[in-house]
Amino acid sequence: MSAGEVVGAVVASLVQVVVVVVGAPYLTGLMRQVRARMEGRAGAGVGQPARDLRKLMAKEATSPEGASWVFRAAPLVLMSTVVVLAAAVPFVTTVTPVSGASDLFAVVAVLMLGTVALTLAGLDTGTAFGGMGASREVTVLALAEPTILLAIFALSVRVGSSDLGDIVEGALATPSQLFWPASLLAAVAFAVVIVAETGRLPVDNPSTHLELTMMHEAMVLEYSGRDLGMVELASWSRLAILLGLGVNLFVPWGVATSLAPAALALGVLALVVKVCVLGAALAAFEVFMAKLRLFRVPELLAGSLLFALLAVTASFFLA
Amino acid sequence: MHKLLRTMLRVGRIAEPAGTAPAPSEAALAPTGSVQVRHVDAGSCNGCEIEIGAAFGPVYDAERYGARIVASPRHADALLVTGPVTRNLAEPLQNTYEAMPAPRRVVAIGDCARGCGAFAGAYGVVGAVGDVVPVDLEVPGCPPRPEDVVAALRELTGR
Repeated sequence: MSAGEVVGAVVASLVQVVVVVVGAPYLTGLMRQVRARMEGRAGAGVGQPARDLRKLMAKEATSPEGASWVFRAAPLVLMSTVVVLAAAVPFVTTVTPVSGASDLFAVVAVLMLGTVALTLAGLDTGTAFGGMGASREVTVLALAEPTILLAIFALSVRVGSSDLGDIVEGALATPSQLFWPASLLAAVAFAVVIVAETGRLPVDNPSTHLELTMMHEAMVLEYSGRDLGMVELASWSRLAILLGLGVNLFVPWGVATSLAPAALALGVLALVVKVCVLGAALAAFEVFMAKLRLFRVPELLAGSLLFALLAVTASFFLA
Repeated sequence: MHKLLRTMLRVGRIAEPAGTAPAPSEAALAPTGSVQVRHVDAGSCNGCEIEIGAAFGPVYDAERYGARIVASPRHADALLVTGPVTRNLAEPLQNTYEAMPAPRRVVAIGDCARGCGAFAGAYGVVGAVGDVVPVDLEVPGCPPRPEDVVAALRELTGR
């Protein structure tokens, strides 16, 4: 890579970060709005999460008695993992400034780092609900992370590389691969994992007020003001990141394979349209869903792990 | 699922028209269009709770003005208090208020919260909400109508 290409790739990564982090509140707003309309309500509008965020950023951040630096550092760690993921994962372009940054294992590890930081903060508050939320989150995490790894691994077999950029480029070069059994099985597994990892129905209910049914919310009960704003923005961005990763792996059209400005613009447009459509579909699907009993969640996740395992097997035998 | 979808299409939107936005008041928290609300029942008969529930239901849809009920006082900008403050709830109410990050507001919902109502002078009652925490906004009624609860929330959100 020449110096000019590196600068171009860094600019492209910055564009990805801006699109993901700025777009995430509006994606959540869109999903809440879809849900509100289907429930017969008028809804607060697509911009409501952004308004909430602006207000939270202007409020003081309180810290519970006895909480250590873990509690204060967690929002920053979570937010930095989001920025790294937004820069590295091929959302707009498959060209990355640092080779190896968009490696499947690195991306999943960074994703996990954010979750672990938040669970530690949940434990650090010393409240009953913080610990309960953390233990539930880890239960889900332990089953969801291997599934993400396996599902994407099934796609990487045919390309011969675990780099997400190479996987997306390979799918763009031979789109027929997307309809192979391995891809379809991996898509099903990945869809379940997105729902579990981002705390959506039927695994977790993002709008619940009942502490006993909470997972993600229970961990962040003690955050307020700026810290809460950062945690919220990071969770919305993680939803955008997982949806974006999902659509780009299984519906890769529109992703730029070069750094030409026109290709990048098309890439941004394609990403926004694809993620909005998938997000709206997910929100509409949730209206028909009830939350699963907690002890049934591992069954759902084990099922998706089985799909991922079958996908890997299929990619080995049927390729 | 099919039945639910048919009901949705048949019923359509049941939220009532919004009406004009309230005039800016000093109780409003900066014009952010967003207020997270924590509700505390300090000893209410649950009449006010039913009306608050209705205010956040599909017909009155308080969420469209940017108000949302949250699960933690740490997340909240405003405290909705109902009922006369009983001896057992006086301290939790105080703690809830102190757990909220500034700037914060307190809304007393219903006649009991404003002046103990039918429970004035009862042996288990400490006093009105104003005797325990500073009140910024009051909603009269026994119980108040959901429109009045929504109007108070709109005054806070400024939308």
